[in-house]
Amino acid sequence: MRLFSVTVLSCIAAFSLLAAFSLLALHSFAAEGELDALRANVPLLEEPTPEPLYRVEDRSLRPVREYPMQPPTIPHRIDNYQVDLNANRCMACHARTRVGETQAIMVSVTHYQDREGNYLGDLSPRRYFCTQCHVPQTDAPSRVGNTFVDMSDLIRGSRQRSE
Amino acid sequence: MFRWIGNVLGTFWRVFRSPSGYFSLGFLTVGGFIGGVLFWGGFNTAMEATNTEQFCISCHEMEANVYQEILPTIHYTNRSGVRAVCSDCHVPHNWTDKIARKMQASKEVWGHIFGVIDTREKFLDHRLEMASREWRRFEANDSLECRNCHDEQYMDFTRQSPRAAAAHQRGLVEGDATCITCHKGIAHELPDMAGVHGWE
Repeated sequence: MRLFSVTVLSCIAAFSLLAAFSLLALHSFAAEGELDALRANVPLLEEPTPEPLYRVEDRSLRPVREYPMQPPTIPHRIDNYQVDLNANRCMACHARTRVGETQAIMVSVTHYQDREGNYLGDLSPRRYFCTQCHVPQTDAPSRVGNTFVDMSDLIRGSRQRSE
Repeated sequence: MFRWIGNVLGTFWRVFRSPSGYFSLGFLTVGGFIGGVLFWGGFNTAMEATNTEQFCISCHEMEANVYQEILPTIHYTNRSGVRAVCSDCHVPHNWTDKIARKMQASKEVWGHIFGVIDTREKFLDHRLEMASREWRRFEANDSLECRNCHDEQYMDFTRQSPRAAAAHQRGLVEGDATCITCHKGIAHELPDMAGVHGWE
């Protein structure tokens, strides 16, 4: 019985090793000519020239959302903004109680709801870390193609086709 | 004991009051002048020495906490290479105000000797108290140390981002805000801000 289980275990180990190796091989094969965000396809022993830091959008103009549920992007720089246990720089302007003084846009009411949909007096802890969903944008060229179509364009297109 | 002190003081006063019997008037005036120059130069040099960053971070309380925190901020490193050292923001540039601040700083020497903030934990415990003191000072003197470099008279709002220009126009020019009202925690990390106006 014991011998049997040892055999089974070693078989499983061998198979998983084989699977891991084949995955690795596949991965390295796929990496050629594909996007490599970390090293930009530069061989390991060569030093890649880093890309320049692109300018962060800072015009404070409200961006269009690509779909209704999209967390809006941040239209300004947030360098060195402190968002941690002690302080939340974002909420110093965007909180309900602060927008009168700062004329910033209040975060949506969903940020004041817990997961059951109850309204809270203050920011919900699960919505505390702004950059989990909201990010500033740079003018960097996109590294991969994108075939995204706005859903209202889709609807318009299908209407035109049906006519 | 008191009689002895009285005797010493009395002797000193007699010598101090009596006219000089040995030194010429010229020696005394020129000597007094040179002595005064030496004293004043030495005093000012010593005081300027306590205004350098090297002096500030010679205490590990400053080196390990606040100095590490300013390193990534714009007041330490930026595109033009102009930078502010500790005393640019924390010591008034005016002479009388500077002397007053230096006298207050003697309490900080006490704190250093008795290790009030000699660990990170103690430092964090005291951070709100120390930060509040600085905020009060800046509120009271209309952010004087900021304005040694940044003056809204010479700010070109058209060169600022629209957000910054609007906020400066509203708060600084039309309103009664001062720099520190909004710009807290720009050079060092913030303490727990619960209960601080504008952050709750």
